[in-house]
Amino acid sequence: MSGPLLDPRTAPSFPKAAHNLLRDAQLRKNVHHATSVIQNKRARVVAELGDWEQLRLAGERIREHTMTHLDAYLEQFEMNCTRAGGVVHWARDAEEARQIVVRLAKEAIAAEQRESPSPAEILKIKSMTTEEIGLNGALEAAGIRPYETDLAELIIQLGRDKPSHIVVPALHKNRQQIHEIFQREMHLPDLGHSPEDLAEAARLFLREKFLRVPTAVSGANFLIAETGGVCIVESEGNGRMCLTLPRTLITVAGIDKVIPRFRDLEVFLQLLPRSATGERMNPYNSIWTGVSAGDGPRAFHVVLMDNARSGILADKESRQTLNCIRCGACQNVCPVYRQTGGQAYGSVYAGPIGAILTPQLQQMHYAESLPFASSLCGACYEVCPVKINIPEVLIHLRNKVVEQKGLTGEALAMKIMATIFQSERRFRAAQRLGRMAEAPLVRKDGQGVGWIGWLPGMLGGWTQVRDLQEMPKQTFRDWWEKRGRDGN
Amino acid sequence: MATETSGAAKTEILRRVRKANGGSSDAVAAETAWNAIAREYRREAALAPEAMLDLLEDRLRDYDAHVVRVQRLEIAATVARMLTESGKRRIIVPAGIAAEWLPEGFEFVTDTGMTAADLDGFDGVLTGSTVAIAETGTVILQDVARPGRRAATLIPDYHLCIVEASKVVETVPEAMERLRATSTRPTTFFSGPSATADIEMTRIKGVHGPRFLDVILTI
Amino acid sequence: MTSLGDPLRISLFITCYNDTLFPATGQAVVRVLERLGHTVDFPAGQTCCGQMHVNTGYWDEALPMIPRFVEQFRNSEAVVVPSSSCVAHMREHYPAMARQLEATGKYSGLAAEVEALLPRVYEFSELLTKRLGITDLGSIFPHRVTYHASCHGLRSLQLGDGPTSLLRSVNDIDLAPLPGLEQCCGFGGTFAIKNADVSSAMLDEKLDAVLSTKAEIVTACDNSCLMHINGGLHRRGCNVRTMHIAEILAGEEEAR
Repeated sequence: MSGPLLDPRTAPSFPKAAHNLLRDAQLRKNVHHATSVIQNKRARVVAELGDWEQLRLAGERIREHTMTHLDAYLEQFEMNCTRAGGVVHWARDAEEARQIVVRLAKEAIAAEQRESPSPAEILKIKSMTTEEIGLNGALEAAGIRPYETDLAELIIQLGRDKPSHIVVPALHKNRQQIHEIFQREMHLPDLGHSPEDLAEAARLFLREKFLRVPTAVSGANFLIAETGGVCIVESEGNGRMCLTLPRTLITVAGIDKVIPRFRDLEVFLQLLPRSATGERMNPYNSIWTGVSAGDGPRAFHVVLMDNARSGILADKESRQTLNCIRCGACQNVCPVYRQTGGQAYGSVYAGPIGAILTPQLQQMHYAESLPFASSLCGACYEVCPVKINIPEVLIHLRNKVVEQKGLTGEALAMKIMATIFQSERRFRAAQRLGRMAEAPLVRKDGQGVGWIGWLPGMLGGWTQVRDLQEMPKQTFRDWWEKRGRDGN
Repeated sequence: MATETSGAAKTEILRRVRKANGGSSDAVAAETAWNAIAREYRREAALAPEAMLDLLEDRLRDYDAHVVRVQRLEIAATVARMLTESGKRRIIVPAGIAAEWLPEGFEFVTDTGMTAADLDGFDGVLTGSTVAIAETGTVILQDVARPGRRAATLIPDYHLCIVEASKVVETVPEAMERLRATSTRPTTFFSGPSATADIEMTRIKGVHGPRFLDVILTI
Repeated sequence: MTSLGDPLRISLFITCYNDTLFPATGQAVVRVLERLGHTVDFPAGQTCCGQMHVNTGYWDEALPMIPRFVEQFRNSEAVVVPSSSCVAHMREHYPAMARQLEATGKYSGLAAEVEALLPRVYEFSELLTKRLGITDLGSIFPHRVTYHASCHGLRSLQLGDGPTSLLRSVNDIDLAPLPGLEQCCGFGGTFAIKNADVSSAMLDEKLDAVLSTKAEIVTACDNSCLMHINGGLHRRGCNVRTMHIAEILAGEEEAR
């Protein structure tokens, strides 16, 4: 039932993936449209707030502070959540998290089945964390059928596809494509084509499950250490359904989801909706603490997962990656993402945050092409609500990748160039050499200007799409010296 | 068995985090540092109460919520009018809702912990509110007395919410402050009817949760 | 057409790629500053700021370029650099690189020297608007021109309205606003080669925007962007030319 997983360990390199995806004109059109719309929406609501920069600063400080005291806050969260009737589990990595969730789901389903016969099913709220660990595949292998309840995730699941954006996973699909999927998978031959028709179909399809399935799995936007509470930010109401109606709720969250206090939500509930969907506030936020008699699930579990986050924490230059609140604003402004969409990044985390998070979650063993999937334009840093300096982290990770690769052809060329730059004499010699070397590649155009249409080897990437004007006969310093000699 | 593994995992994770940070923290150190975080964003209202109500109304309408503003004594009559206009008759209400809010001629049933299937049979739900945020057009319900259990405002397709002027604040920080004393209660923020932007980034209303939200603002 | 304050002795850091590929830009910078009554010098030992190495992941290889830069320019009243990406790199990375070098014990005082020197280093349009307080150079350039905001100039250096206000003051210029002027052109240094496909897609959008303005000339504060845009325009067979902002402000009129 689950589609192919976006697995950084097996995904093609970014340049390769991009090469193929760039040929998909429909995808590019959808991504262009979606990112343009959301960029404008975000800009409008951000402009409304006179204190946006102060909010960003506070967001950055609170997240940094949290990471510095992460051990204290994790323990505090566990204590308070447990006191309120929740059960807290700890998972060192994805495998352990999967095992815990599958076990808890099996136990919950078995308990339900003892009361009355029911299929082995669970409901899911969209959670990047559960996708990161491939939870659905593990559940299915254990004989449990997970139903995605977010409209976009439903589209992805029914279409056996992969998500392409953190907040709007089916951004790469248009209504035509969605219509085909629903018509087929929901058995609705007369399904209308408008977005309203499609939403209505999804509503009815899922409502039946909401009112029936007693076990649900969610992620979390924020874990509140002070109270042991959990906050989920959503639009459609499926979150509320899954958090309120089932008898057992299992929440999976990375240890980086912790925030210190209830009051800190005053910052993040301003930063997140405006950055993510360009709204003053998203339709629904749910905050609950442990178990409440007569209201919501009777059994509540939280799985706190590390999965390489502590490793990222240990890296001084890149630990700011953990400050991310998963708004997706960076993806929406990224000029690279705009061309390729998210699947090119080969991971559930795409765009600028994906380029820095994914390789680090893989402990730099995989996804080494991602830190280079950026022109370092800085648009992401400008919109990040918690001021993650993504370009600087990209440069830092590029250094790590280069170190890992050792002496490649590129590294040798770079070392040679560095040596050349260490001496004026060598630099001028290299300039002369360059002019000599390019001479055979130069063709004069109609105006007598020389152009190069083809460059060999590594440099071929340039001439794949551009021409290169021939080097001028005289460098600047040649001209300067001549001017000096000639007295002007 | 599971607890042992979880215990080992917890120990290991905390060890890694402490190593990464070059030392351990504790509740006292965290609290001191938290108090020292400089916050320069807005935390107070700038608008007068009347202007705040105007703003709230305006923002609610932005989300296609139907809003009317009335005097306290007119609540029941307004409820009657709105229910009639939308053809709703059988309405669920939380225990402890003000009797003077409920007009004659409709079936108001108190929520006594019904099943989801039962809740599905009602035309709508009527509640008060805990706090409302003017700047964002948000109504917040905490499970205390009048708002009631969360499922009741989730399953019926129509939600009629009575927001008293005394519950309205301008900014998000003010709202969080009001909620703080009861912060562990189940809490739901509503900003317009449910919506999705997943189909070509068009905001479509009415996926799950009530598709129709009416608000009576009372002075 | 004169600038505020006393005449300065301004040192030119031409940058490695301008020196080799765009000498006309350097010549224009010299002409503009001399017309304003300043003296320009050119420390001959200069080579490269190290940006390409750092951005490609070769931080260590770029380290020796810092003491070299300091040595060349430590006595300059002001340093002018016709490349916003190079200045951005220096501001963002030189302090940390200098500290790293100093920690080896072989470059005592380097961090302090860098800290003292950097405030005197300016991108060309920055020098004019922020340091010299100039908004009108009295130049003439009777052509339809559109301005592309290079990413480093826009975001790292926060050049803001500086370059366009300088362009607006040029006599007889027809300045056409560029749609999406803040969107990256797709050069990104070695990105243009390592991710040629995406770079090309980004370039296509930029070229479409440029052509929609019907401008004769595209200008910017960075020849790196312009080289990329120019190469694409030529490949498409368009007549639109590219010129560095210095060359327009120097009042160059001859068709090339």
